[in-house]
This record gives sequence, structure tokens and C-alpha cells, in this order.
Amino acid sequence: MLEKALQGTKLYWGWLAFLALLVLVGVGCYWQQLTHGLTITGMSRDVTWGFYIAQFTFLVGVAASAVMLVIPKYLHDYKKFTKILILGEFNAVAMVLLCLLFIVADLGSPQRLMNVLLHPTPNSILFWDMVVLNGYLLINILVGWVTLEAERKQVEPPHWIKFFIYLSIPWAVSIHTVTAFLYAGLPGRGYWLTAVLAARFLSSAFAAGPAFLILVTYIARAFTGFDPGKDVLATLGKTVVYAMIVNIFLFLCEVFTVSYSQIPSHSAHLQYLFFGYHGHGVLVPWMWASMIMGVAGILVLLVPKNRKQDNMLIIGCLLVFIGAWIDKGLGMIGGGFVPNPLHEITEYVPTQLELGVSLGIYALGFLVLTVLYKIAIGVKQEVE
Amino acid sequence: MYDKGKILTGLAVFVVFMTYPFWNNIGRAAYVKPELEKPRMAKECVENVEYMRAEHMAMLNEWRDEVVRNGMHEYHSSFTHQTYAKSLTKTCLKCHENKDKFCDKCHTSVAVSPYCWDCHVDPKGVKQ
Amino acid sequence: MNTTRRCFLKLASIAALGWGGVRPAAQVLASGGAAPSEGLLFASRHAVHAGPHALTAKRWAMVIDTRALTSEIIKDMVEVCHRIHNVPDIPTKQNIKWIWETHFENLFLDDVHEHLPADHPQIGVALCNHCDNPPCVRVCPTKATFQREDGIVMMDFHRCIGCRYCMAGCPYGSRSFNFMDPRPYIAKITPEFPTRTKGVVEKCEFCAERLAEGKLPACVEVSRGAVVFGDLADPESPVRKALASRYSIRRSPTLGTQPCVYYLV
Ligand code: HEC
Ligand code: HEC
Ligand code: HEC
Repeated sequence: MLEKALQGTKLYWGWLAFLALLVLVGVGCYWQQLTHGLTITGMSRDVTWGFYIAQFTFLVGVAASAVMLVIPKYLHDYKKFTKILILGEFNAVAMVLLCLLFIVADLGSPQRLMNVLLHPTPNSILFWDMVVLNGYLLINILVGWVTLEAERKQVEPPHWIKFFIYLSIPWAVSIHTVTAFLYAGLPGRGYWLTAVLAARFLSSAFAAGPAFLILVTYIARAFTGFDPGKDVLATLGKTVVYAMIVNIFLFLCEVFTVSYSQIPSHSAHLQYLFFGYHGHGVLVPWMWASMIMGVAGILVLLVPKNRKQDNMLIIGCLLVFIGAWIDKGLGMIGGGFVPNPLHEITEYVPTQLELGVSLGIYALGFLVLTVLYKIAIGVKQEVE
Repeated sequence: MYDKGKILTGLAVFVVFMTYPFWNNIGRAAYVKPELEKPRMAKECVENVEYMRAEHMAMLNEWRDEVVRNGMHEYHSSFTHQTYAKSLTKTCLKCHENKDKFCDKCHTSVAVSPYCWDCHVDPKGVKQ
Repeated sequence: MNTTRRCFLKLASIAALGWGGVRPAAQVLASGGAAPSEGLLFASRHAVHAGPHALTAKRWAMVIDTRALTSEIIKDMVEVCHRIHNVPDIPTKQNIKWIWETHFENLFLDDVHEHLPADHPQIGVALCNHCDNPPCVRVCPTKATFQREDGIVMMDFHRCIGCRYCMAGCPYGSRSFNFMDPRPYIAKITPEFPTRTKGVVEKCEFCAERLAEGKLPACVEVSRGAVVFGDLADPESPVRKALASRYSIRRSPTLGTQPCVYYLV
């Protein structure tokens, strides 16, 4: 099936070339980081994780969202999702790849990466994150490939693959739960020290992930004529809106606990993010934008008529996706480190080189995503 | 075979690439052991010379783990019957004063460059 | 006992072994491991095989007299520590410190209020607390940071991958990361102690290398009596005597980390 990736229009090749160029830009920036160290980033002694780890966190969620197609299809026999299922699985592959790249980009000594395997340490949540992420990557490659191959041959997929499909459901939940546990188990970081963090992560993931899937499916449709089937995206839009409502609800639970208990080490972070703290507040406009977008997205998507209308569905999904990205990709990590445990304030803003590395990584992820989608849609159109 | 040309070219490139180190060495002088500067203040190393030549890298790795992870700072040599501190700078370089003309010279000739000196310090090279 | 209940208890105790008692589980897994004291999987406390000249203890601890400390003494403590350990002096927010002066209220967030007597200390000194229950060790994915049986929380600079999880885990801000090559920022390199490279985390080690040679930590030596160091398990040790003499507090004790640096107030 790989040959499908090698036959394409000028536009396809042009897009790949463009992405490759961005990857080169990223490599150039990363080269700077390798020679000079992480000093080229905006991170500091007080804010020790930044844009990279935030992107990783956000993307784990997008990767996990494939399960929002698998559950209806395999647990409720909702056949409409059959056609876009593969898009969810291949999306997961590309997103997990992005996650792993962002982790490596964040390491101070990437040449020693193998130490994680040479000295495996199960008391570290990072160890488990490595296990579940790599497992999820393999499961989705396997399931995606085997089912697509079966489809191409127009036979039923082999029976054993069902095992991996069902396995992918708890596994998807686990990747984001474990990622939340990275943060939620740290004493002295009040913003993350909350049992609701994993639930919040999952709900925002199940909003942002399907929203992303809807958007890329529209893009695929525009360029390839791929037809996801009637009402499929509208139905998925329902998942987006309900997950986003749960997300906002859980966030408000957090707001209540923190602001009614008035424990400074917990409330200071939310205060920093939404109102500024002792005159520091680079993220304030972003956080409010995120909130407004989230709520606006809900309002748009909650109306059934809107979900059935392509333009409104796109707008709603964009609002939800960008809102969730700001919340997790900017606020979640930065907010956890400010103020620091000694209640000193050092703010964090990513540098251009840091953004350049991230751009390159994203481009590589989208390159893989494009190629995988090209294969999947090519096979589907061949069969039809 | 489908796409025979491409595959064969690919294979050829691969083979050349993998064997590059051998090609690259053709025509070079055979390996000669470099002349090393022997310590003046001592006659014997911490173990016998053959052992040191062959095993010093493993020995240093062991020292490293024992000092840092197990708090064992002392090395008893059954060869010299003496006790040494397990330390690169404080032991090896104390006798082998001239790192350039001893460790480095030999390493250069066998094309290894231990990264230890990114952190460990050659007292000679320190700006005073 | 009914079987389901017994099953439940069994499961619960296995779970407790896994989560609550990483250490007991570690000892099971550690026995038979290749390295004598490094847990095969879980982090376990490393035995210390000290030589005959070494200072040893069951549990090292430090007691700092906040009333005897002056800015000058702290300056000396910081200077000697950073000099002998080749800690670079980087003038940005990506700086490195093993021990440093800070405001009293930053040290003791929960214990300070505005009506303290006028002569109460305004400043204090912060360093690694060598916690009995260290979160940094719990989170490290490679056991690059680990705890010895005598309580010292060590760094293995050879193994650290620079993920900085320990820095997120430490609730005291005691750890620093080498964002850049530190050597250009070291005024005069002390050859006996290795520097670090870019990409690894570092922190105070209670001068483990000096204890091995029978010397007290360097900061204690220059503290003019304001800081004492000794074995917490020995009732006759200077730390126990100091703790018995006056009221003392520790940093953020509610976090359960069990710091072993005490402050006399
Ligand atoms: C990232 C910096 C770094 C690198 C790279 C490094 N070391 Fe070290 N090493 C240290 C530090 C710092 C100590 C002191 C640790 C302590 O006392 O707690 C040390 C201690 C040691 C010790 C014991 C004490 C001493 O003074 O020598 C040995 C042996 C050692 N290292 C060997 C090596 C070897 C061999 C290499 C290269 C393969 C190496 N190290 C690379 C930082 C480094
Ligand atoms: C007490 C002084 C002393 C110390 C300490 C010492 N060496 Fe040596 N070393 C010598 C002498 C003398 C020789 C030459 C012996 C001979 O040629 O018979 C030697 C030889 C060697 C050789 C073999 C060189 C060859 O001719 O091939 C190596 C390798 C070596 N030392 C490495 C080390 C390392 C690594 C350390 C630290 C662990 C170390 N030495 C510590 C004195 C010392
Ligand atoms: C006689 C030649 C010789 C001398 C002298 C010598 N070495 Fe080596 N060293 C080697 C060789 C050969 C290797 C590579 C071994 C391998 O790759 O397995 C090596 C490897 C090492 C390594 C491990 C490097 C790695 O990348 O794994 C260290 C550390 C080291 N040497 C330290 C020293 C020190 C310190 C001295 C001086 C005191 C020294 N060596 C002197 C021949 C020498």
C-alpha cells in the first residue's frame, strides 16, 4: 500500500516539499539547541518545562481521541464511523510520533536517551509514559495497517486484530491519564496537585481531538473528494461539544475548590493565569481568549442545526480546538511553574528558536499525517 | 523485479556507506603504537601494564559507579599492594601528568575521544 | 473470612506494596540484581561503603541557627561551596545555585506573619533538604538521582538525561539545570571536583566527597558555628544537641518530604 504515498498530484508533492522545508528550518534551530544547550529556550531555573512539554501534553490528548471513534464503532456497532475510523487511527500514529519528538527535543542530554531503557525505573511516571506512548503507537500502526489492508483486499480483517482494537480503548485512556499523573503527583505544585487533572485532560482531549479530526477530514474532502458519509462529522461534533462541556465543568470545579478554600499555594496559579500575580501576567489575555473560545465553541456546536452545517461545524471545531490548545499548550505548564514553590515569580515566554524547533516537529508530524492519509484515502477510493 | 534499478542503486549506496571505514583507511600507514610519555615519579601503574592497556576504560567506569553510587572511594591494588583514590584527576592524572602526551596521544591514534573531560578537569589545562 | 474479602485484602496489600511502599517492593526486586545496592527496577537506598577515613552516620542532618546567620556568613558559605564544586556564576534566570541566600518569608511561606518581633531574622539560607522521602528520587526515570542509606540525596551526573522532572518534583527549588556549558562562567576551576556539562541537573550533595575524606561539609566549616552537621540518629551528635536546645522548624513540612535540614528559630 505504500506506493499510494508515491503517486500524487503536484499539489500533494508541493505540500510535502513545503513541510520538508519547515522540517529543515526546525533541524537548523535544533542544531543551535544541540550546540548551545537549552539556553536557547525561554526556560529558566524556575520554569523548567516550557513549550515543548506543553505541546507534548496537548498532543497526547489529540492522539487519544481515536478512541472516540473506536468506542461507538466497536462497542455500540455504530457503523457510520467505519469509514473515518482509519483516519482516527492514523491520526493517533502521527500525534504520538509528535509527542515522542517533543519529549526528545526537551531533553538536556538526548544522547543519553537510552538510559531510560538501560535503567528502567517504575517509580517514575515518566517511565510509564514511555511505555504507554510507545505501546499506543504500535497498537495504532498495527490496527490501522491490518484493517486497511483487509479493506483493500475486500475481506474481513483477521479475527485477532479485534483484540488489539479493544485493547486500544483502555490504552487510549491510559496515555492521557498517565500524562496527567506526570503532573498531578508532584508535591508543591498547587496548580497540578488535583485529582481532577486526569479527568480534565481526558475531557479536553476528547473535545480537541475529535475537533481536529473533523477539521482534517474537511481538508481531506476538499482535496481528494473523500466522502466521510452523511452526518458522520455532525455526529462527531456531538462528541466535541459534550466533551467540551464536561471540560469546562471540571475546570469550574477546580476554580471553586481553589477559590473557596483560598489556599494560597493553590490559588496563586489561577490568579496568575487569569488576573496576573504581583504585576506579572503575560498569559492573562491568552487564558481569557481560551475561555471565551471554549464557551463560544460550545454555544455554536450545541445547536443541532449548526452541527449539520459545514461552515458552522468548522467554526465551532476551530473555536474548541484553539481554546483547548491555549489552555493546555500554553497555560497548563507555564501556569504550574509560576509562582515557584518559594513564591517567587519568573515568567516564561518561548523564544523564536524554541518555536522554530517546534515548528519543525509539527511539520514532520503533519508530513507523516499527510502521507498516512494519502494512503488510507487512496485505498478507500480504489475500493469504491 | 519491479523498480530493479532503484533497488540496486539503493543497495549499492548502502553497501558503500556501511563499508566506508574500511575504504577510508586504505592507503594509510599501518597502526603503530605511539610514543607515550611515561610518568617520571613512578615505575608502576595501579595495575600491570597489560591489564591497564586493555581494561582501563572498564576500570574507570567501575570506579565511577562505585564512587558516585556506592560511596566506595578507595581502590586496593593487588598488584602494587597500595591504596588509591578512585579518581580520574586525583589519581590517573597525578602520575600521568601530561594528559596530552599520554591519554590523548594514544586515544587519538585509535580514534576514541572519551567525553569524560567535558566535566573532569585536567589541572594543566585550567586557566590560572 | 469470606473468600472475596480475603481476595480483596490480598489485592490491597499487593497494591500497597506497589504504591505506598515502593521501598519494600524495591528491596524484593533489588536482591539478586546485578549492582549490589541499586534496585533492579525501583529506586532503593544505596548502601554506603565508606573507607576508614570517612565520616559516617546513620542519618546525616544539618541544623541552621537562623539567629546566628548573617549575610556575611551566608556569603562565605555560598562562596566556598560554589568555588570548590565549580558552580558557575551565570547572571541570568538560567543560573545555577547549590546554596543561596533568600528572604525568610520565601523559605517559610507558612510560618511568617507581619507581627513578628522586629529583630526576627530577615534572611535565611536555602539548600537541598536531603529529604527522607525525596520526591526528586521518586520521579527520576533513570535513578540518576538516588538516596543513600545515610540519607544523602545524590546526583549521578554520568546518568542524568536532563529531563528536569526532578526540578518539577522538588518543592524547594533546590535543583539547577545546566542550560549551557558552565565552564565559561566559572571564574577559577577547581580541578579536584569535576565541572558539569550542558544538559544535566545538579544540586548540593552534602559534600559527600568531603565526608569520604573525613571532612565536614565546606559550608559548615565557614559558618562560624551558625550551622552544625551530624548524625540525627546519635543523641550525642551536635545536631541532636542543637535541636534539643531550641525550637526548630523545617521547610514546608506538610508536604511529607521530611526534610533533614532544620532551622533553629
Ligand atoms: C556531566 C559531567 C561528567 C561527565 C561527562 C563525566 N563525569 Fe565523572 N564525575 C562527574 C562529577 C561531578 C563527579 C563527582 C561526583 C561526586 O563527587 O558526587 C564525577 C566523579 C567521577 C569519578 C569518581 C571521582 C573522581 O574524582 O574521579 C570517576 C571515576 C568518574 N567520574 C569517571 C568518569 C568517566 C570515566 C567519565 C567518562 C566516561 C566521566 N566520569 C564523565 C561529572 C562527570
Ligand atoms: C602511581 C602512578 C600511576 C597512577 C596513579 C596511574 N598510572 Fe598508569 N602508568 C604508570 C606507569 C609508571 C606506567 C608505565 C608502566 C610501564 O610501562 O611499565 C603506566 C602505564 C599506563 C598505561 C599503559 C600505557 C602503555 O604503555 O601502553 C595505561 C593505559 C595507564 N597507565 C592508564 C592509567 C589510568 C587510566 C590511570 C587511572 C586509573 C592510571 N594509569 C594511574 C603510573 C601510574
Ligand atoms: C595505550 C593506549 C591508551 C592509553 C595510554 C590510554 N588509553 Fe584510554 N583508551 C584506549 C583505547 C584503545 C580505548 C578504546 C576502548 C574501546 O573502545 O573499547 C580507550 C578508551 C578509554 C575510555 C573509554 C572511552 C569510551 O568512549 O568508552 C576512557 C574513559 C579512557 N580510555 C581513559 C583514559 C585515561 C584517563 C587515560 C590516561 C590516564 C587513558 N585512557 C590512556 C587506549 C589508551
